[in-house]
Amino acid sequence: MKKFTVINTPVHNIDGVAKVTGRAIYTFDVKLPGMLYGKILRSPYPHARIKNIDASRAEKHAGVKGIVTGKDTLGIKQGIWRRFKELCDEEILARDKVRYIGEPVAAVAAVDEDTAEEALDLIEVEYELLPAVFEPLEAIKEGAPQLHENAERNINVTRHIEWGDVDQGFKDADYIREDWFKCSSQHHVCMETHCAVASYSPEGKLTVWTSTQSHYYIQLLLAWVLGLRENDVRVISRYTGGGFGSKFELDSAQFCSSLLSMKLCKPVKIVLSREEEFMATKRRTPMFYYLRTGVKKDGTFVAKEARAFTEGGAYTSMGATALYLTGFFQAFPYVWPSYRYDGYRVYTNTEPSSAMRGFGAPQATFCAETQIELIAKELGLDPIEIRRKNSMYPGYEVPGQAWIQSCGLIQCLDKIEKWVKSRGKLPPNHGIGLAAYGFMSGGIFNWFDTPYAFSAAIVKINVDGKVDLYVGSQDMGQGSNTTLSMICAEELGVRLDDIRLHMGDTDICPVDLGAWGSRETLMQGNAVKMAAAEAKRQLLEFATAKLSPNIVYDLDIKDRWIHLIARPERGLSYYDVVKEAIRGRDGQPIIARGHYTPHRKGMISPAYSFGVQAVEIAVEPETGKITLKNCVTAHDCGQVINPLGLKGQLEGAMAMAAGYGFTEDLPMDEGKILNPNLVDYKVLRATEMPETEVYEVETYEPEGPFGAKEAGEGLTNPTAGALSNAVFHAVGVSIKNLPITPEKVLEALKEKKKKKEG
Amino acid sequence: MEKQLLRITVNGEYHEVYIKPKKLLVEIIRDELGLTGTKRACSTASCGACTVLLNGMAVKSCSILAMQAEGAEVTTVEGLAEGAKLSPIQRSFLDQGAYQCGFCTPGMLISATALLKENPNPTRQEIKEAIHGNICRCTGYNSIIRAVQGVAEGKYREGGR
Repeated sequence: MKKFTVINTPVHNIDGVAKVTGRAIYTFDVKLPGMLYGKILRSPYPHARIKNIDASRAEKHAGVKGIVTGKDTLGIKQGIWRRFKELCDEEILARDKVRYIGEPVAAVAAVDEDTAEEALDLIEVEYELLPAVFEPLEAIKEGAPQLHENAERNINVTRHIEWGDVDQGFKDADYIREDWFKCSSQHHVCMETHCAVASYSPEGKLTVWTSTQSHYYIQLLLAWVLGLRENDVRVISRYTGGGFGSKFELDSAQFCSSLLSMKLCKPVKIVLSREEEFMATKRRTPMFYYLRTGVKKDGTFVAKEARAFTEGGAYTSMGATALYLTGFFQAFPYVWPSYRYDGYRVYTNTEPSSAMRGFGAPQATFCAETQIELIAKELGLDPIEIRRKNSMYPGYEVPGQAWIQSCGLIQCLDKIEKWVKSRGKLPPNHGIGLAAYGFMSGGIFNWFDTPYAFSAAIVKINVDGKVDLYVGSQDMGQGSNTTLSMICAEELGVRLDDIRLHMGDTDICPVDLGAWGSRETLMQGNAVKMAAAEAKRQLLEFATAKLSPNIVYDLDIKDRWIHLIARPERGLSYYDVVKEAIRGRDGQPIIARGHYTPHRKGMISPAYSFGVQAVEIAVEPETGKITLKNCVTAHDCGQVINPLGLKGQLEGAMAMAAGYGFTEDLPMDEGKILNPNLVDYKVLRATEMPETEVYEVETYEPEGPFGAKEAGEGLTNPTAGALSNAVFHAVGVSIKNLPITPEKVLEALKEKKKKKEG
Repeated sequence: MEKQLLRITVNGEYHEVYIKPKKLLVEIIRDELGLTGTKRACSTASCGACTVLLNGMAVKSCSILAMQAEGAEVTTVEGLAEGAKLSPIQRSFLDQGAYQCGFCTPGMLISATALLKENPNPTRQEIKEAIHGNICRCTGYNSIIRAVQGVAEGKYREGGR
């Protein structure tokens, strides 16, 4: 019998037909009877005290039904780090002070969007302008304008990671290199902007449809800031039009629509415009990085010191986590005998920076991999060899931080080396750069302070054999609904079309912390597998009684066939056993539960994915223009569950990461984002996408369901570094300041020429 | 502003609706006719999520007034399948996993449909250019390109789903 009957076979996503026929109903599409439309008034100033808000003219405007300001709130400073009160610093509707351009100050509900928009112009806000600061290295200085009372020198969070004897390490090093890097911001650009439809009923229940990565987080955060009981808030999110890290914090659409609906007892819909999305949600954390690295002549790593100063923006959001993770992944995926990291997250009068796909790791990987390439060049070492020599390996412990159980990095390097060789000698101004990376499979941290298991699942088998699978996880396009259904079908021994998945509704789903930090395959997957295994055990009890085998035989189910493992031909149909078992249980369907919380798995994650990416580019020396030619990735995500979904995730991550590497940026002037639209903000288009190739390296992760681990998020880590290394090999300049634009390449080429001549 | 009569055929159904003349075609399709398959994701006519067929041509329905479509025939994503029988490009999208979050998918399918109608055997470059106006933030486009190639290669010529 085949090892697996369901997993490792490419399948259509279970919600694919709904998506290709336009039948999938997103929050953006929800329309309720009597629904009103809301718009949000936002601060035009980066830092100002609110002296007064006069909404009287707006209230009289025909078609306006209600207005809320900070005075209508409970004034709770919320945040996702609920265990740390000082890090809960964002009110969403400001009462006293605004700290970035775009911060909400009032919201209007009206009969239609146009009317609400008109009313915004009639609200008069009196501001007292305050001095503002925009750059972290400025904001941290003594005497800089201070954003929050309790944060001296605007230091929001600091992080320290250290192991080994770093000072001795540098003494032992034959070669030491220091570099500064600047990592730019990036916007998630979900195709569905943040939106919510809130409906409050006279019984005191609030129902919110929203585009989110975690209905559980939104439920709890809304209950907290609105003073409601948690389970009087129902959050529904069946389809989410992209997340990428932007949709698991409470946002202005959710909060303002809820407030308005509670005030008016009518459904209120708020959809953020693309401009609002760019200016006033969250974004990837920009970072200044200092790296000092010591190595032996033969390339053996001995010591590394890293310092990161991150542009936090106005509030903590998820930035505190990004600050830790960037420091942790700065040491990845290598063995460093000694390492020291100090991270400073600094408040600035800009849009808050937070989580975005990779969560601090793409920044770290860009700096680390760019520097390693320079070190290899100076020591005359092969770039692949230096990485191979220092690679993490199965069984390695990151001191005090993490245990690496499965690790296919060496195999990945082998595959990429083979591909690089196969390209032969490249034409002039062409180059191949590579970067290695690792990533986590769900975070272990619980600063949100959930008392529930991290993931939970319920399996119910009905009399016709159809299986109801209830999960708390969120599918935002990454395909977790399909992955989890496959895990359930495989474990239970049925087919994918026997599974009916229920998700995206806090009223009916068990708790899962949501789709972020690459949690779902491993954490929710383990909970699903446990529930399915328990349901199977119940069925097998009955089947064992029916088949009455010698007690030494074990039973299993594969492809709807319940059988003796040693004698697969001897068995019963799954359908028949289900029917009789339910009859035998006085008509009760079979119900089983599963849950997963990591215990004693280190500080960061229970498992890590690994990979190496090579990017081939061509540079026009006259203009600095970079063209992507090829992108090849070797990837270890443990056991593959859905090969089709995996390929899509990897290609998509690469496109987003290439954007980060060379086209996407959020330039600002005095805190104002200059390109808050899809004309001036350059996401990769189809014409810019190179051919991609993916090699899977098979490993088995003991902690993952069927050996599976993270896939899809980690792939945003290597691309920027691979791009910078490709530019270095193509034209001999190293760009340490993202994004790698033609201007920067041209400038560096001029500089190089000047040096040569001078 | 006085409402005006718009006569329009969408997915083969003839409609007469009184609308404000400043309304965009996408607003009428979504809000008046309730066809929410067509999406919007920008306000600058740069993302392509609202692409529909207007008299057979792929058009961003946020870039024209509904009144400009007076008397026209429009096809939205809801009009691609015949009952439960999906069109070749829809089936090919499924087979290639050419969608993830699905929000750009309706517009992408329409752009691909228009291309294949005009040019049944497009090159890879021609496919890329045909969907250049459609942003997909999830897939990295290559699966979409493979899906269009699949139809062009005739994989879906016979039989239905």
